[in-house]
Formats: sequence, C-alpha cells, structure tokens
Amino acid sequence: MGTLKKAEKDIHPMDNLLRMDRIPHIWCPGCGIGTAVTAFAAGLAKAEIDLKKTCIVSGIGCTGRVAGYVKLDSFHTTHGRGIAFATGIQVANPDLKVIVFSGDGDLISIGGNHFIHAARRNVNMLVICVNNFIYAMTGGQVAPTTPLATYATTSPFGCVEPPFNIPYLADSSGAVYVARWTALHVRRLTNSIAEALKKPGFSVIEVISPCAMYYSRINRLGDGLDMMKFYHDNTEIRHGEDTKNLDIGFQTKIIVGKFVDRERPTYMDSYNEWLSGTKKVEK
Amino acid sequence: MKTNLKAVLTGTHTLSGNEAFIEGAFAAGCRFLAAYPIEPAIETIERYLKRCAEVGATFIQMEDEISALAAVIGASWTGKKSMTITSGPGFSNMMEHLGLGVMLETPCVILDVQQAGLSLGIPNRAGQGDMMQARWGSHGDYEVITLAPGSPQEMFDFTIKAFNFSEKYRTPVIVISDEYIAHKKEKVVIPPAAGIKITPRRYFKGQKDKYLPFKRDKDFVPRMVDIGEGFKFHVTGLTHDDRGYPIMLEECQEYNVHPILWKIRNKVDEIIEFQETGTEDAEIVIVYYGATSEAAIKAMKQARDLGIKVGGLKLDIVWPFPDKKITELAEKVKAFVVPEINYGQIVSEVERSSYGNANVVFVSHGEKGIDNADDIVSAIKLALKEEKVKKEIIEYQSQAGRA
Repeated sequence: MGTLKKAEKDIHPMDNLLRMDRIPHIWCPGCGIGTAVTAFAAGLAKAEIDLKKTCIVSGIGCTGRVAGYVKLDSFHTTHGRGIAFATGIQVANPDLKVIVFSGDGDLISIGGNHFIHAARRNVNMLVICVNNFIYAMTGGQVAPTTPLATYATTSPFGCVEPPFNIPYLADSSGAVYVARWTALHVRRLTNSIAEALKKPGFSVIEVISPCAMYYSRINRLGDGLDMMKFYHDNTEIRHGEDTKNLDIGFQTKIIVGKFVDRERPTYMDSYNEWLSGTKKVEK
Repeated sequence: MKTNLKAVLTGTHTLSGNEAFIEGAFAAGCRFLAAYPIEPAIETIERYLKRCAEVGATFIQMEDEISALAAVIGASWTGKKSMTITSGPGFSNMMEHLGLGVMLETPCVILDVQQAGLSLGIPNRAGQGDMMQARWGSHGDYEVITLAPGSPQEMFDFTIKAFNFSEKYRTPVIVISDEYIAHKKEKVVIPPAAGIKITPRRYFKGQKDKYLPFKRDKDFVPRMVDIGEGFKFHVTGLTHDDRGYPIMLEECQEYNVHPILWKIRNKVDEIIEFQETGTEDAEIVIVYYGATSEAAIKAMKQARDLGIKVGGLKLDIVWPFPDKKITELAEKVKAFVVPEINYGQIVSEVERSSYGNANVVFVSHGEKGIDNADDIVSAIKLALKEEKVKKEIIEYQSQAGRA
C-alpha cells in the first residue's frame, strides 16, 4: 500500500496530457514555449472537452515540436502547412476539435496564406501562435514578426521590414476569437485557451514568448527572466482594444487581452446548409 | 464500409476521362476531395460536386495545391478515403506533401491530368512531361505507384486499383492521365457494386495504449487507426521510430526509410501490370502508355499490314517500372519504339532496362495530333533499317525536322 501511495503521489496532474516518455523536451532554458504548453495543458483540463475527439497539429520550428509532447492524436507536419493539414482533418470529421500549435515564422510567414484563408472560411480550429519575434530553430533569422530595427542574424544592421500585427491580421481575415498574452500571463492565457477551445470557429491566441538564446542574446536583452521582467513592466491589459492598435515595436509597450469574440457561421455550418439544399442529380 | 449504392453508377455510360475518374473514385469508396482548380482537370471537380450530395462525400476548395494535398493527408487520417486532383503546375506544388504522405505512410490518391508542360505550358494541350516528376519529384528516397490509364474505361478501372493499392501499401498513389484522355468521351461500363473488388483499410485491432503507428507487419506495412478513437498516437515527417517519435540518428534513417522503399520494392512483381500484344513473333515492340495508346495500336496494325512484325507493350503501371519485362524482351527483339508526348522520359527507362541488347527509338509524338500514327510507323521503319545495336537512344526526326 505504501508504494502505491508513493506512486500516486509521483504522478503529476499533467502526466495524462503530456507524453512523459519524451521529456526532457528540446527547448532552451529561458524559453517561453514550455510555459505556453503548460498553459495549454491546463486549459485542456479546464475546458473539460472530450480529449478523445481533440487533436493537435504542428508545423516546423521550436514551437512546431509541441505536437510531439502533447498526449492527444498529434501530427508534426511540414513547414507552415499545419493549418492546411488541420483543415482537412476538421472538414473530413467535423466532430473533432483541432488545435494548431506553432510559431510565428511557421504560421505567419510560410504558412501565411493558409492562416488567412482558414480564418476567412472560419474553419473550426484553435490556432495558438507562439511569437518569439525570430526564427529560433534555424539560428535567429528575421521573422515576419521581427520589430523594425531589431537585430537578427539576417539583419545585422537592424530589421528593415515592418512586422505583421498578428491579432490585426487574424481579425481582418475573419477570426471569431482573437487574444494575445505573454508567457508571463499564465493564468489569463490558460483561461483564454479554455474559452477558445469551446468556441466554434477559427480562434487565434498569440503568445509572446522570450527567446533567450537568439532574440535576447543578439539584441542584448538579457536572459529569459529579464524578458519576463520586461513583460511585467511593459504590458497593459486592454480587452476589446481595436486590433489596429496592437503593433509591437522593439522593446515597446505590449498590449495584451482578448480583442475579438464574435459569432460567424463556420465552414461546416455553411457547407451543410449548401449540401442540404442540393437537389439530387438525375443519373 | 457499408456499400453506398448511389456511389456506384452501375450501367453503361458515355463519360469523359475526367468524369470516369470521379466515378471510379466514388466506386472505390473515396469520400473526400480537396483541390485547387486547374485546367484540364476542372471537370473532375464539377462532376464530384454534382454527385457528392447523394454519395455523401465532402469537398473543400483549398487556397493552393500545397494545402490541397496537406488537407487530403489530414483527412485520410480521419478514416475517409481521400484524394486530390491537379495538373502539371499544381503537381509541382504538391511535391512537398507527396513526400510527407510517403513518410507518414498515408493512403491517398493524386490525379495528375498532364498538360503540355514546362512552367505554364499550354493548359489545354495534352502532354506526358510529368512522368519523371511523379517518380522523383519530392526530395529524398521514395517509391510511388503510378498508374497510367489510356482511355475513359481505364480511368474508371485504374482509379479503383489506385485506391486499393494506397490502402494495401499505406502510401500515396498517383493516377497520371492527360488532357487527351481527360476530355475524350467514350463508352464506360460500370459493373455492379458487388463486382468491384475493394481493399479496405487495414486497422490496428489491439489495445488502445499499445498502438504504434509505424510498427510493421510481416509485409512491412504498418496498421492504421483513425483520429478521434482515443489511441493518442503521434506521427511526424521527421525520421522516426515505431512510436512515431523523431530520432535524429543514422541508424533510425535506415530503420525508417528502408522499409518505406522495400514495402513496395518487395512486391514489384505483384504490383506491375502491362498489356502485351503480338510480342511472341515481334521484331519491333512499341512501348507505350496513356494517351499514346490509340496511336500505338493504329501504328501496330498499319505496320502489320506492311508485313512488319510489330508487337506492343502497354504500361498500365509505369512506376514501379517493369524493367524485368523489358530486359526479357530486349533479348528477343530488334528494337523498341517508344512514343511519348514529351522530349524523352520513359524512353530512358526502356534504354536502361534493355542493357544494350536492342535499339531504342524515341518518337516525340503529337505533332500531327495525338491519334495520328504516321510518326510511329515511320519510326518503326527507321528501327528496321538499323542493323547494329547503337549505344544511344535513336531519336526519330519528323519530315519537318527540328532545330
């Protein structure tokens, strides 16, 4: 009996949601992806949805590895195509809730087209986009989210391209739920994930994350903890803020919160309506 | 799967190749299509949409061909037989996910209606320029089964075979047709549903927590499960082990990729199909596939009328290539004549497989029309004249000549 009690005590409450046989994970010390995954696992538990009918898809990159650590039906696919892959799953079996968990480079650069079109169609899926402002797995190159004048290995004189404002992109493309949090806002992020998991339609949650290894090192911003302190001092919660006002500059104030929460028919709603109205074709 | 009687249009119909493909797909049990519109494949999507409500099939028009094949692979994991449809430029876009489909060992079917190619080419002219792309287009090593129908009836029959192969070997299968067959209308006989042989998906039947997505059976083919059944499996496009977990080691590369190739290579003799006509006494054998079939058969007749002993070898399945058959024939015949609507693709496989034992004459077919046999007959005469075995492919030059 004594050993059984000890074994019970040793089980972490998230053990049934994570693939413990794959731990330790690949992420660097000071990275925020682990925090985002913890918030996601807590959000899954909190939402009390049927985990059997939930699956997760990732693309490529540091965040692209998330699918491999989550104990759901999980797919690690090609670079940027996670949303396209997930669209196929959702449309083929509308009973499933699909989560696409990937990074900013994956979802917004190479996968940008799939992102806007899935939002436009309002495919029933939750996209969690971890934004660390850089391509981290390949060694710190400029991403479509890198703020102007920021250093990266491919912008040694400072980034010359204006970045995407992810909530604005999601909002204008038609997403029904858009929120942004940082790796510091674990409790709010968890609540947001739990809420979005129950929301039918295309939901986007951006998670601003420190990249201590590349973004912070190249730009002399200290380690992960320093970035957390920065988030603590420089974030402001403004629910319902117009997504146009959510641009992020180099070390400027970051506005977080839930910005969009609206109703729109999902792709499958419209599709089934069309299907039921179809006249049978004579042979 | 329960047989849906509406899915099988039993009877005799007049169908184009594109329409026959859809009927074949429905008869084979396909219930998901993700595609991006492209000529000359567009009628397939129209036919599918006309029929999908009564068949109970799903369609989504994706934003590009890259996402179309990605969606198909995702859909296949939900248990629905899935396919996509495209032509040359879209086929190029699909190469990324052809590799993913092979790596994730996901059954699905890709139809490539070839157009006259190189870049944008001529969207409404037939071509056979994607033959090598089908085999080698994605990066890395892989084997892919490619069927080349030569008529609307074969479009129907071969599509069913394609779905069966994809389920049997858990791999993407390509049906490669072209604009000529796509738009040609002919009589197509669709047998009763009971008379159509369907290979069902082979599912894992053990305990939920014991499932390994890449644990191979004796035939090297792993068993599948569907998303949403509680197996909580993981698959990745990275080199992986039986659990589907990425392992970045040389040994795992061998462990992972070798069986993906050999599950097909070991069964080549079972997979390969061809049609032989008059090869018993033939001096010259025409090797042909797809749209050149009509002209090749005409040429065979015309040459026989002239007293030349000509036979034909129609490749129903182009990949894996029937090299043993070609090697065997090369020892008996004087020459092979290979008409293709391109500038030489399958001809190099014929030359490779003949090991210098027979001449190989290439005809870049189609200048005077796809169904015109004149150039093939002239090439047969050219092949007869050549006494010695040349150590190169002889290219037949038409009267007009080429630059």
